[in-house]
Amino acid sequence: MSSKRVAAFALVAIVLLALDAWLPSWLNPYYATIVTRIGIAVVAAVSLQLVNGFTGQFSIGHAGFMAVGAYTSAAFSVYVGAGWLESLLGLLPAPLARSLFYPLVLASGGLAAAVAGFVVGIPALRLRGDYLAIATLGFAEVIRIAILNVDAVGGARGFSIHAAEHPAADLRFEGFGAVYAVVVVTIVVVARLVYSSGGLSFRAVREDEVAATSIGIATTRIKVEAFVVASFFAGVAGALFAHSEGYVHTNSFAFLRSFEIVVFVVLGGLGSITGAVLAAAVLTAAPELLRGLGEWRMVLYSLLLIGTMLLRPQGLLGNREIDLGWLRKRFG
Amino acid sequence: MSRRWLVGGIGAIAVVALACGSGREGGAAGPEPIQVGHYASLTGDTATFGQSTDRGLRMKIDEINAAGGVLGRPIEIITEDDRSITEEARSAAQKLLQRDQVVALLGEVASSRSLAAAPEAQRARIPMITPASTNPKVTEVGDYIFRACFIDPFQGAVMAKFARETLGADRVAILFDFKQDYSVGLADFFRKTFEASGGTIVADERYTSGDIEFRAQLTKIRATKPDAIFVPGYYTEVGLIAKQARELGIDVPLLGGDGWDSSKTLEIGGKAVEGNYFSNHYAADSDRPEVVAFVRAYRERWGETPDAMAVLGYDTGGILADAIARAGSTDPEKLRDAIAATRNYPGVSGTISMDENRNARKDAVVMKIRDGAFRYEQTVPAF
Repeated sequence: MSSKRVAAFALVAIVLLALDAWLPSWLNPYYATIVTRIGIAVVAAVSLQLVNGFTGQFSIGHAGFMAVGAYTSAAFSVYVGAGWLESLLGLLPAPLARSLFYPLVLASGGLAAAVAGFVVGIPALRLRGDYLAIATLGFAEVIRIAILNVDAVGGARGFSIHAAEHPAADLRFEGFGAVYAVVVVTIVVVARLVYSSGGLSFRAVREDEVAATSIGIATTRIKVEAFVVASFFAGVAGALFAHSEGYVHTNSFAFLRSFEIVVFVVLGGLGSITGAVLAAAVLTAAPELLRGLGEWRMVLYSLLLIGTMLLRPQGLLGNREIDLGWLRKRFG
Repeated sequence: MSRRWLVGGIGAIAVVALACGSGREGGAAGPEPIQVGHYASLTGDTATFGQSTDRGLRMKIDEINAAGGVLGRPIEIITEDDRSITEEARSAAQKLLQRDQVVALLGEVASSRSLAAAPEAQRARIPMITPASTNPKVTEVGDYIFRACFIDPFQGAVMAKFARETLGADRVAILFDFKQDYSVGLADFFRKTFEASGGTIVADERYTSGDIEFRAQLTKIRATKPDAIFVPGYYTEVGLIAKQARELGIDVPLLGGDGWDSSKTLEIGGKAVEGNYFSNHYAADSDRPEVVAFVRAYRERWGETPDAMAVLGYDTGGILADAIARAGSTDPEKLRDAIAATRNYPGVSGTISMDENRNARKDAVVMKIRDGAFRYEQTVPAF
């Protein structure tokens, strides 16, 4: 790693820590919730962009993997993690103990979702187009209904992230540190993956599968790879969701949520990471910001979507990125 | 060109939104209103729940304001829609608590959405009253969370008493939805109460929401020759169960809880649900003066017969206004103590007192289905 890169990482870490320490005390908790949800939506959207935008596979079951991540991490926190966190809090100062504990929670959600993505992906990704879309939608519903039948995570009652035996361990994530650290990692990983020489394979599959096969790309393998990575981050997004909301219910992961993420990706521009970030941020904030309109707010929200698609059918950013090069061209 | 349109459009929307948002705070002459937040499902899957509670609530508050308000100030209801979405219930509650700084929070019907939002009210130390979440867990969130309805276990006990004392049943079969907390709760307490009063549970069969075939369970139940069958489910399955039971020649009455309170029960069950009984929060055809006056006023204003949610919304508003008046201030802690001290409040859904677990204690009514309508049968007092 070059010294420049180390400096960049250090800068990001310092900014995040500062935000985490300073913002919650200053920002109204209502706005803090919206900012947290934007972060989670960005993680979900950017990870789906890898599958839908860069690999050209139309998946509409992303919420299913979020559900796996949310419930696995929640169960981990409540049944295992709470005890660990309590003993960590006894040994170390609270911020340190928490920053050691959070990655475990997030990893549990991400890994479980990645496994689910692998299991679902191998059979499903042999399908193409509409058939794949239907299969992923079906799998997401199967996952959701299966969770609904597990009594240990509350079934139809929903599951509160709270361990009664360990009252000292507050399992909820406070502040944005955890969420935005994941946002940064997700964007960096997906960008490094698709804009590297190896990442050309993803786009080759998207442009023409037959041509890709003819030059020796194992297309199914590439698709499964994209799917597993996307599922991992969807699972992490689910874990963030569960721990910032403090209560999960399977209704939150119904197909409506999957469509919402697809809308982020398409509206932002298929094949644009920054586009997905932008769309996820705007569309997550919009229903809350439009509350002043009363019952007209969702009408306006829908008009916003229709208008954008009519005026920019290629999405907000098309397949371009707002990156350093673009900024330099514009302002440099 | 298109980009300019887009930017212009978004800008216009933002301006309108801000204008509407700030318009609400426009200063009116007279005393400053007491702001109360209501988060409800005005749209989405269970839109009827939120719309009914909001209508009932607004009716009560308008009546109070017409009579001079409380503490010399009018009450203003700010309703936020949560689109029947769990996490949006939480952000709507946060918006009301943090941005509008309401003195009390009212809402949700669905227990899952109340459970998502209640921790926010508890954390902000603002009293919250749910009109109709019957899951016992909701008020266990903390000492600022109340409810204006009875909890699931109570209804089970009510129907056990009714079966034993009024119907004189000795042998009862239970058929419940084992995936719904609501149904399991009712079945448990029915079983306990019924056995404690000397009856026998002859069959304990289960089903899952979404099932459409119940003949296997019903055939088993038929073999035990029960005097009645307790089916504490929701209307969709109940209608089908009643139909299939009658087809199999089971002619003993079916008993249920407030999950039956929907015109769908009659639509789906048709003739098969005739002669069955269920417990409910209130009876629209009761002759109690409060009920008669309320039903008449509601029909006049909204053009329909109020359902149980409208009544509970109305009573929730009443309990809150009564508590504000007794507290003599809108200080959250005093208000919480006043709500907790509610005793014998004369509501439309009965005479309401808060018990030590912040749950409403009140009478239940038993309804009978007769001639394609729900008829008042009898009142079972709180115990």
